[in-house]
Amino acid sequence: MIDFAALYHRLDSTTKTNEKIAAMADYFGLANPADAAWATYFLSGGKLRRLVPTKLLRQWAAEAAGIPSWLFDESYQSVGDLAETISLIVPPGESREEMPLSLWITSKLEPLKTLSEDQQRDAVLEIWQQTDPQMRFVVMKLITGAFRVGVSKRLVTRAIAQFAQTSHPDITADVVSHRLMGDWQPSAAAFQRLMNPDVEDAVVSQPYPFCLAHPLDTAAGPGALGSAHEFLAEWKWDGIRGQVIRRQGQTFVWSRGEELMEGRWPEIEAAAESLPNGTVVDGEILAALASGQVLQFAQLQRRIGRKSIGKKLLAEVPVIFHAFDLLEEDGTDIRDQPLAYRRQRLEAVVHQVDHPHLCLTQLITGSSWADWSNIRETSREMNAEGLMLKRRDGRYDVGRVRGNWWKWKVEPYTIDAVLIYAQKGHGKRSSLFTDYTFALWQGDTLVPFAKAYSGLTDAEIQQVDQFVRKNTKESFGPVRSVTPELVMELAFEGLQRSKRHKSGIATRFPRILRWRHDKRPADANRLSDLLELLPSE
Amino acid sequence: MNALLQSTPRGLYCPAGDFYVDPRVPVERAVVSHAHSDHARWGCKRYLAAQKSEQLLRMRLSPDAQFHFLAFGESHAVNGVKLSFHPAGHMLGSAQVRIEHRGQVAVVTGDYKLGDDPTCESWQPIHCDLMVTESTFGLPVYRWPSEQVTMAAINEWWRANQAIGKCSVLYGYAIGKSQRLLAGLDSTVGPIYTHGAVEKGVQAYRRSGVRLPKTTYVGTIRGKHDWSKAMVVAVPSAHGTPWMRRFGRASTAMASGWMAVRGSRRRRSVDRGFVVSDHVDWPTLLQAIDACDPDRVWVTHGYSAVVARYLNEAGRDAQAIDSGLRTEQDEDAAASLATDDGSDADTDGNSERETPPAP
Repeated sequence: MIDFAALYHRLDSTTKTNEKIAAMADYFGLANPADAAWATYFLSGGKLRRLVPTKLLRQWAAEAAGIPSWLFDESYQSVGDLAETISLIVPPGESREEMPLSLWITSKLEPLKTLSEDQQRDAVLEIWQQTDPQMRFVVMKLITGAFRVGVSKRLVTRAIAQFAQTSHPDITADVVSHRLMGDWQPSAAAFQRLMNPDVEDAVVSQPYPFCLAHPLDTAAGPGALGSAHEFLAEWKWDGIRGQVIRRQGQTFVWSRGEELMEGRWPEIEAAAESLPNGTVVDGEILAALASGQVLQFAQLQRRIGRKSIGKKLLAEVPVIFHAFDLLEEDGTDIRDQPLAYRRQRLEAVVHQVDHPHLCLTQLITGSSWADWSNIRETSREMNAEGLMLKRRDGRYDVGRVRGNWWKWKVEPYTIDAVLIYAQKGHGKRSSLFTDYTFALWQGDTLVPFAKAYSGLTDAEIQQVDQFVRKNTKESFGPVRSVTPELVMELAFEGLQRSKRHKSGIATRFPRILRWRHDKRPADANRLSDLLELLPSE
Repeated sequence: MNALLQSTPRGLYCPAGDFYVDPRVPVERAVVSHAHSDHARWGCKRYLAAQKSEQLLRMRLSPDAQFHFLAFGESHAVNGVKLSFHPAGHMLGSAQVRIEHRGQVAVVTGDYKLGDDPTCESWQPIHCDLMVTESTFGLPVYRWPSEQVTMAAINEWWRANQAIGKCSVLYGYAIGKSQRLLAGLDSTVGPIYTHGAVEKGVQAYRRSGVRLPKTTYVGTIRGKHDWSKAMVVAVPSAHGTPWMRRFGRASTAMASGWMAVRGSRRRRSVDRGFVVSDHVDWPTLLQAIDACDPDRVWVTHGYSAVVARYLNEAGRDAQAIDSGLRTEQDEDAAASLATDDGSDADTDGNSERETPPAP
């Protein structure tokens, strides 16, 4: 338990992903399998059922500290966290009993549930006596079920894999993800199964590495690629890239971040049930109506990150898997076959399944670059980002390889805006003002509408940094408001109405295109100019 | 209202002696408990303070003012009121002010702490009728770990940073906290450097006869330099400024009583928080009041209302007198304003243009 408490504090004292992974991997290296199993369970979001009513915990803590309950409440308000208030307010324990995490759970914490109130009180007081504030804090987090330390499940799997790979290189994060699927119950045996060097069991869920497209220089156009006849064109959708796997009667949906998206897209999982075993389909998860009309990314965003999806949301934001490639058929890897062949096989599979939530992404007709160029101009109306151009005879590459897949995006929207707020960046930019808020004119006032972090050169960032330091008007916490003098041209991919933004509008992927030294603040655009760019509704 | 002392908008006032203790605005005659700027105000005509704070006060206040210093325990009559200074243990020269008139004794603690501090004399209890106590950390969640444990943790952190080639930057208020930290650093670990505001304090401490390990002012280092083994003691406002860039890869830590609470630690966005305070924590606050055993307690500077209510319920005659410096409503402001520092250079803008220490 001492090690686990130390791990918590190591994780809590850094925001860096690599340090978090290293901290967890170190812990797994030290812990016995049962402890490692419980650590995995808690770190990836598992909780104990509520063991003791918090009302009682507050009461006992006040008693143990010899203070009235109003003073406990004052302290709680000041600290803002119940487990922490208790751990600080109760006098430090005398002994520091070393007992493994798993024993803590099974012999001390879980039994609390079944005890009478008096017995619970004695048990909790004993726990307080046996813990110093740091360990007590972690124990109270477990008891109150509020254990959060800023790591995702994916990060935990990466840490487990990093530790496992020191002896078993086959245990990748994907293998760990696979083995943690479903209702995973922590136990020594369960952790040993995670560490099983024979990864045959996980083969069934393994995705292929995604093939990524290379951006096409929009100014130069596609002419240099050769003849349009050698290519297929599709819409470049703005959704979530995914791989749907159906093998041995099981379904797996992976994201491009190589996260196993279990239970997040029930419609797509249902559609995949009808796929023949030994099928792997590549495509895009999109919010779309039954008519096939693709909705804006903001709609899909309402479903991202939700662990459980209510009926209402399912009805309002249905998703469809737009399939565009077939990687495995009848259990055979066909990635080396030409695209034209894979597309033909994909069409056969999708037609055979005939499910409303699994469709073929449309091939765009046309026989010349000019045809496609015109169609590309209508991308925004389709809620697409542009076109994909894929070589008909190309194989399915691993990663971002030049040659076979090209993304031909539409020109971004651009607008001239005034820098009004600045904030320091993170990491190596932490001592520089690099995060800016931009505003547009509405009457005589500047209305903030977008934040942009990238696009300037290092030298320009230095200049803006100096400007911010010399022209700060007010500080609000980390944010400085500055004299509105600098005008920059911003680019962004899309925009839509938003109730959460002061300007009433939200931009997608805003970034700085260039610093308009030639423009004065008065020359910047008006908010009404931005509103005119909104797609008609 | 007590005849001996009155709580006024300008600060604590003694009508019989016609002087203020730690006034908030410039006054004719100021009795000063210690050299932090929220207690030692610029602009008064005459200052009366403890001898040990002379170097620090002269560094901070106008040379035109009249100073009068008293050794600890030495009495001095001001308009017939008997006045003396007694160690408060907060920082070098910090004093409790004992005021006696017609058989009544009042003690104003100023800022104080119990427990060891190698850079100043230890707090002593004084029996009194009226005790005016600070309450910066007057909540039962504040309970300081021992000095030895914390300093060992800081030295350990320094060694761990060295092992991965990172410079250690430790933030503490410029005067008082920084020198206490320096005294606890293990100088066998590596070289110790100081921020300009800290270095000024270090020099005043040395002139006062306090032994501190060898330090080098950062500003004397020109050009490329290997900082990977170094400990740099700096003011908190240096965090995140261009001044920090010279150190390359660095790990940062804040030393303050506020670091006891995770939220304050995280808001500071430093890598580590060490709980080191020059104020009383909850247990020692109660212990100090019991040791002085006054008839009445006035509570100021911090969680005044909470502490007064608690004392009342425990059977003491206590009331909150608000000095408006540190309020319980604004813990954050307290964390930054309450200035164990007091350094006027402590606004973000100023400290970026670091001023060199006086020769």
